[in-house]
Amino acid sequence: MPVFIINRLFQALGVILVMSVLVFVGLYLIGDPTSMLVSPEATEIERQALRKALGLDQSIWLQYLTFLGNAAQGDFGRSFLTGQPALQLIIERMPATVELVIVAMTFSVVGVPLGILAGLRPKAPSSKAIMTGSILGFSLPNFWIGLMLIMLFAVYLGVLPASARGETVNVGPVAFSILTIDGWQHLALPALTLGLAKAALMIRVTRAATREVLPMDYIKFARAKGLRPSRILNVHLLKNILIPIITVAGLEFGQAIAFAVVTESVFSWPGMGKLLIDSIITLDRPVVVAYLIMMVFFLVILNLVVDILYMAIDPSAREKVRD
Amino acid sequence: MSTPTTVLPTTTVEESPFRRFVVQFRENKLAMAGLILMILLAIPAFGAPWIAPQNPYDIGALDILDSQMPPGSVAEVSGITHWLGTDSQARDVLSAVLYGMRTSLLVAFLSVTVSLLIGSTVGLCAAYFGGWLDALLMRIVDIQLSFPAILVALVMLSVLGQGLDKVIIALIIVQWAYFARTVRGTALVERNREYVLAARCLSLGWRRIIARHLLPNCLPPLIVIATIDLANAIALEATLSFLGVGVPVTQPSLGMLIANGFEFMLSGQYWISFFPGIALALAIVGINLVGDHLRDILNPRNAL
Repeated sequence: MPVFIINRLFQALGVILVMSVLVFVGLYLIGDPTSMLVSPEATEIERQALRKALGLDQSIWLQYLTFLGNAAQGDFGRSFLTGQPALQLIIERMPATVELVIVAMTFSVVGVPLGILAGLRPKAPSSKAIMTGSILGFSLPNFWIGLMLIMLFAVYLGVLPASARGETVNVGPVAFSILTIDGWQHLALPALTLGLAKAALMIRVTRAATREVLPMDYIKFARAKGLRPSRILNVHLLKNILIPIITVAGLEFGQAIAFAVVTESVFSWPGMGKLLIDSIITLDRPVVVAYLIMMVFFLVILNLVVDILYMAIDPSAREKVRD
Repeated sequence: MSTPTTVLPTTTVEESPFRRFVVQFRENKLAMAGLILMILLAIPAFGAPWIAPQNPYDIGALDILDSQMPPGSVAEVSGITHWLGTDSQARDVLSAVLYGMRTSLLVAFLSVTVSLLIGSTVGLCAAYFGGWLDALLMRIVDIQLSFPAILVALVMLSVLGQGLDKVIIALIIVQWAYFARTVRGTALVERNREYVLAARCLSLGWRRIIARHLLPNCLPPLIVIATIDLANAIALEATLSFLGVGVPVTQPSLGMLIANGFEFMLSGQYWISFFPGIALALAIVGINLVGDHLRDILNPRNAL
């Protein structure tokens, strides 16, 4: 087990390094940021001076090493637009995104009972309806679902706001919208948009796991023993389908943070996803690079944690690593 | 395909796999509905230049007086009936939807075809040769698949810039890994079957074994993945275009049309976004209904 963790840690470090090279070199090729920063009338000498000040006159590898050294100390450069440190901009926006994703993921848990239902009686019309609904849920693009929800709840019914975050309450340095009614009203539509797709996925994962567990001997034995169906369901079935569900939920948490990019743009939710899109469109390179490196870091760590948790819950996976 | 043999009703019929497939496919009404929907959307989309009431990119034909008209109104200048209304630049929404669908389908189809080719080549080679090549290729695939598709596409587009070709390239980079992983999984099983051993014993070249023996037997899961991926490609392209980093303004896809109408939606002019949105949803749902049933028929075990 420790060998496995150390091994994975090194792999994770490797992935982060490779991705940082890709992101940095990729974005380096986009263009010359000096053309964005100086006025069109600036002379060549002024441009040269700026390039030198930003370190753009050095070779790309030297620039990368400088960048890596600074990044290791949490310095990703300053936004070309606002002049604030890029990392600070992202961290300021992070609570809004995390709050949205957590509410959405909590909502997506409704997919589990629906999935069990569909798995227990695969031929029933209700199960077919659930499965067809789940196809819609995860195949329709996120922004489309958001748009339809806005059309229904904000424009047609006029009961919920279509954009922005609403009233927040500060707990320490972090603002929460889940503590006010206005905040919940603003949170409802974006969280539903993000959560619907995740719920659809939960349905499919739960159904597949249920179908896999049902024919197992321990379920048959429990039935033969004459246990109540509710006990078989809640103990024997649920415990065993939890492993894939937790794995997928963990990985989907990362996906949801990334997909919040779309949801946040639709609802003008002031999270870090909206910041990324705005920065890509305005070519604010330090913010884009900082966001991506942070995201790579976060996703790699998340994968690692899910893998380790998986080891902890599932004894058979532990056996495999030991061999 | 073997020529269909004349069938005597009393003997057991030796069906060709294709026949059996067609019969199985037709059993599911939802999937048939999806297929019909796909055809009904694809024909007018590809015929858009001939059947659309108006060329939405011909600025000369547009009259700003006809802008933002509700569905069903008749234009004063040209006398055209705008069944689905007009947008803020006086474009006929129906025509824009047809042209937009054409762009969306084209991007999706091209990107899926190329990623299919790249992905299956990588997957087949990884499975056939094994060893360090397999380890290396699959590590790359694993790393790529651990990042959300939307992020990879966003990074690619912020590196490449805007344009129809750039969107296609970004989609290929996002998608090839799915094909590679699926094909490798199937090919690993097939590689140890007797027919591959027989081909090896005949000392056929590796190119021939891969292309003529392995590939045809890996086709069923490939078809499933390609179908579902077509819908994913349409959805992803629409998302990128909606966010403003996808197709250029001169060639709007459905996603961009929806984005254009978004600001008018809140003031009640729903039709500018709504109809492209419906067209997009129909296309994606139609393809998914077909794909879902194909998965049930072709490979119940290798399902995603």
